[in-house]
Amino acid sequence: MTPSDFNTILPEFVLAAFALGALMFGAYGGKDKVAPTLVWATSGLFIALALFIGLTGSGDRTAFGGMMVDDAFARFAKVVILTAAAAILLMTQDYMQRRALMHFEWPVLVTLSVVGMCVMVSAGDLMALYMGLELQSLALYVLAAMRRDSAKSSEAGLKYFVLGALSSGLFLYGASLTYGFSGATGFAAILSTLGQGAPAGLIIGLVFMLSALAFKVSAAPFHMWTPDVYEGSPTPITAFFATAPKVAAMCLIARLVHDAFGTIPGQWGQVLAALAVVSMFLGAIAAIGQRNIKRMMAYSSIAHMGYALVGLASGTAEGVQAMLIYMAIYVTMNVGTFAFILSMERDGMPISDIQSLNMFSKKEPLKALALLILMFSLAGVPPMLGFFGKFYVLKAAVDAGLVWLALAGAVASVIGAYYYLRIVFLIYFGKDSEPVDSTMAPVQWAVMVAVSAIMLFGIVNLFGIEPVAAVAAQALVQ
Amino acid sequence: MDNLLSIITFIPAVAAAIMAVFLRGDDAAAQMNAKWLALLATSAAFLVSLFVLTGFDPANTEMQFVEEYDWILGLKYKMGVDGISVLFVMLTTFLMPITIAACWTVTVRVKEYMIAFLLLETLMLGVFCALDLVLFYLFFEAGLIPMFLIIGIWGGKERIYAAFKFFLYTFLGSVLMLVAMIAMYWDAGTTDIPTLLRHSFASGDLAVLGFTVVGGFQTLLWLAFFASFAVKMPMWPVHTWLPDAHVQAPTAGSVVLAAIMLKMGGYGFLRFSLPMFPVASDLLAPLVFWLSAIAIVYTSLVALAQSDMKKLIAYSSVAHMGYVTMGIFAANQQGVDGAIFQMISHGFISGALFLCVGVIYDRMHTREIDAYGGLVNRMPAYAAIFMFFTMANVGLPGTSGFVGEFLVLVGIFQVNTWAAAVATTGVILSAAYALWLYRRVVFGELIKEALRSITDMDRRERAIFAPLVAMTLLLGVYPALVTDIIGPSVAALVTDYQAALPISGVTQLAQH
Repeated sequence: MTPSDFNTILPEFVLAAFALGALMFGAYGGKDKVAPTLVWATSGLFIALALFIGLTGSGDRTAFGGMMVDDAFARFAKVVILTAAAAILLMTQDYMQRRALMHFEWPVLVTLSVVGMCVMVSAGDLMALYMGLELQSLALYVLAAMRRDSAKSSEAGLKYFVLGALSSGLFLYGASLTYGFSGATGFAAILSTLGQGAPAGLIIGLVFMLSALAFKVSAAPFHMWTPDVYEGSPTPITAFFATAPKVAAMCLIARLVHDAFGTIPGQWGQVLAALAVVSMFLGAIAAIGQRNIKRMMAYSSIAHMGYALVGLASGTAEGVQAMLIYMAIYVTMNVGTFAFILSMERDGMPISDIQSLNMFSKKEPLKALALLILMFSLAGVPPMLGFFGKFYVLKAAVDAGLVWLALAGAVASVIGAYYYLRIVFLIYFGKDSEPVDSTMAPVQWAVMVAVSAIMLFGIVNLFGIEPVAAVAAQALVQ
Repeated sequence: MDNLLSIITFIPAVAAAIMAVFLRGDDAAAQMNAKWLALLATSAAFLVSLFVLTGFDPANTEMQFVEEYDWILGLKYKMGVDGISVLFVMLTTFLMPITIAACWTVTVRVKEYMIAFLLLETLMLGVFCALDLVLFYLFFEAGLIPMFLIIGIWGGKERIYAAFKFFLYTFLGSVLMLVAMIAMYWDAGTTDIPTLLRHSFASGDLAVLGFTVVGGFQTLLWLAFFASFAVKMPMWPVHTWLPDAHVQAPTAGSVVLAAIMLKMGGYGFLRFSLPMFPVASDLLAPLVFWLSAIAIVYTSLVALAQSDMKKLIAYSSVAHMGYVTMGIFAANQQGVDGAIFQMISHGFISGALFLCVGVIYDRMHTREIDAYGGLVNRMPAYAAIFMFFTMANVGLPGTSGFVGEFLVLVGIFQVNTWAAAVATTGVILSAAYALWLYRRVVFGELIKEALRSITDMDRRERAIFAPLVAMTLLLGVYPALVTDIIGPSVAALVTDYQAALPISGVTQLAQH
C-alpha cells in the first residue's frame, strides 16, 4: 500500500478503524451504558468526515490499481450518505433510549454499513464493489433484526437476509459471466473490451448484476422485501434503510453502468427504463391501500427509486446529475418524515396506523404544517423541492429522447399524489377523534422543521447543490 | 424600476411570511393586526400595480416590464405582461383588498386565513405574469394548495367533500397539461413563452393507436391544455366541482374563486391554446362553441331550479364563462376583446354578487332563498346594491356586463351563427333566474319572523361595494378603458392566428 493509496481511502480507513475501536470500547467499556456516547461520537465523526470530504476533496484519484476510485461523484455520494447517517443517528437517539433499544452495537453496525456504502460508491472493480455491497448488507440484516424479542423484527431480518442472499447470488453469477466474457474485473478494463463488440454473455451478466442492484435499491419488480422489512424493523432502523443505503446503491448502479458499460448505454438504458416505469407505477398504486405509515413509506420509496432510475436511464451526464439531485432531495425529505414517524405514539407505545393522525392539526399546528409541507414535497406538488427533483429527472429523460418515460413519470406522479394527500386530509380535516401523541425530542423537532423549511426555501437556488452535482456527474460521464 | 412585477407579486407573500413569524396569539387584538396587515399588503400591491398600468404602452404588442434571471436547473425566472395579461394583474390587485375587507367578520383562525389569502394572491399574480412554462405551471399548481385549505378549513358543512372534489378535478387536469408541457419542451427545446409563441408546432395528421389525429401534434397538445383550462374555467360538462366548491367556500373564498381563479382558465386559452396551436384551435373551435352554447343554456336552466343562493350564482358563473370560451375561439377582434372584457367585468360582478350573499349570510347564517323575502323593507341600501349587480349580471346596457356579452355575440355571429343564436337565448334566461332570485329575496312582504330585526349594511360593507359599483358603471359607459389597452395585443394575436391558418383562414375571410 503506497501512501497515495492510503490517502485515497482515508475516509473508509478512518471509519473502519473507528468501528473496530468502538466495538472494543463497547464490549469492554460498559456495554450499553456507553451507547449514547458512542452515538454522539459516531455522528460527530460522520459529520467531520463529510465536511472533510466535501471541503478538501478535489480531482480524480485511484488506489490499489484502480480498485478504488475517489472522484467528485464518489465524494458527492459520500457526503450525502454520511450526513444522512449522522442525522438518523442523532434524531433516533431518544427513541432508542426510551424503547430500551440503545445497544452499543447500533452505532457500530451503522458505521460498518457506512464503510460498505463508501466502498460501494468508490468501487472501480467488481471485487471491491462486491465487498462493499456485502459489508453494507450484512450490517443491515443484523440491524433489521435488532429488536430480538419481537417476532416481526426477527422476521424482517430473516426475510431481508434470505432475499438479500439471493440477490447477492444473482450478482455473483452476473459478475462471473462478465469476467468470463471480458477477462477482467476492473471497470476500466471491462470498458476497453467493449471496443470489440459486446458479446451476449456480457450483456446477460450485466442484466444479472442490474437485477441484484435493483433489489438493493428496492426497485420493482425486485421490491417484495421492502414493505415487510420496513414495517417489521424498529422505526429508527427503517429510517436508516430508507435513506443512506438507497443513495449508495443508486450511485453504485450509476458507477457500474457508466464506468464499466459506458459505451453501450442502449443496452442498460432500456433495462433501467423498464425498472423505472414498473417502480413508479407499482409504488404509486400499491401505496394507496396501505394503512400503516411505515408500509406506505416503503411503497413511496419504491416509487421514488423509479424516478431516480429515470434519470439514470437517460444515460447522459444530465441524467446522472438529475439522479444525484433527486437522491439528495429524497434523502432530506425522508429524514424529515421519519423524524415525525418516530414521534408517533399513543400511551407511550409507538404506533404507525395512518388513522391515528386524525385531526392532528388541532393538537399540534406547527408540526402539522411541517408534515403538510413534507407530504406535498413527497408528492411532487410545486413549489416544494420534491417537484424540482421530479421535474429535473423528467427533463433529463426528455432531453435524452425518452419522452414516453417522462410522460409515464408524470402520470404516475398524479396517482402517487393521492396517498400523500390522504395524510394531509387526515391531519387537517379528519374525523374528530383523539389524535396521536407526538412527543418529540428537541433534535427530532429541529430536524423536522429544518427539513420542511428546506423543502420550502430550496426553490430559491436549491442551496447551491446543482453545480456540485453537475461536477459530480461530469466526473462519472466523460 | 425593472422588477415591478416581481415586487407586486411578492408583496403579499412577504406580508404572509411576516405574519407567520411575528404575529403571536389568537386574541382579538392579534386578529385585528392580522387583518390590518393583510389589508395593508394587498393595498400596497394594488398601488404598486398602478405604476404598471400607467407605464404600460398599449401600442406595443410585445411583452413589457420583462425581467429575466437564471434560476435553478437551467430554468429561467421570467416575468412580463402584455395587453392580454396586464388587466388580469390589475383585476387581481384591485379585488384582493376588497376580499380582505370582506372577511373582517371572520374569527376562526384568522391569522392562517389571512396567510392563505396573501399566498393565494402571490400565486395568482404569478400565473398572469409568468413568461416561462415551468414557472407558469408552478404558480398555477401551487394556487391549488391555499384554495384547498381555504375551502377545507373555513368552509361550510360539506367542506371536505368540496375541497377534495376541487383538488382532484383541477389536479387531474393540470397533470395532462404538465405532460403537454414536457412534449412542448421536447419539440421546441425551450420553455420560454415568447419563444414558444413564435414556434410552430407540427400540425400534420398523426396516427395514434390506429386512429388518425387530424391536426396531429397540435391537436394532442391542445386537448391536453384544454383538459386543464376547461376544468379551471369551468366548461360544461366538467363544471360540477364549481357549485360544490362555491357553496362550501367562505364568502371571501367564493369571491376569489369566481372573480379571479376562474379567469386563469380563460387566460390559459388566450396565452397557450389559441396562439400556440392555431390549427388545432381552428379545428376544434366548433366543439368549444357547442360546449359553450350548451353551458349557457343548460346551466342557466339549472340555475333557475336552485334553492341555494350561492349555488345559483355559481351556475350563473358557468353560463357567463360560456360566453368567454365562445369569444376566445371565435378568434376575431370582437370575440377575443369581448371575452377579455367579459372576464374582467365578471370579476367585478360575480365578486359583488357573492359579497351580496355574504352580507345576508353573515346576518342570518343561511343561504336558502326560501328563508328570505321582503328584505327591501328593512334593508333599502342593500336592496339597491343587490339590484344594481343583478342587472349587471343580466347584462343591462350601461353596465359592464352588457359590453362583454354583446362583443362576444357579435364576434361569434361572424363565425358560427347557430351557436350565436343559441347563446343569445342565455341573455333571456339569465334575466329570468337573476330577476326571479331578486324578487324572492328582496321584494314582497316581510313575513318571516327572523327577518324582522335584520339590519341594513354598515359602513364597512358599503365601502366594500363602492369600488365595485364604480368599476361596473365606468366600464359599462366607457368600455374603451379596457379595449384600448387590450386592443393592439388582441389584434396582433388574431392576425398571427389567421396567418397560421393558410387554407382555412382564407376561406373564413372569404365567407365574410
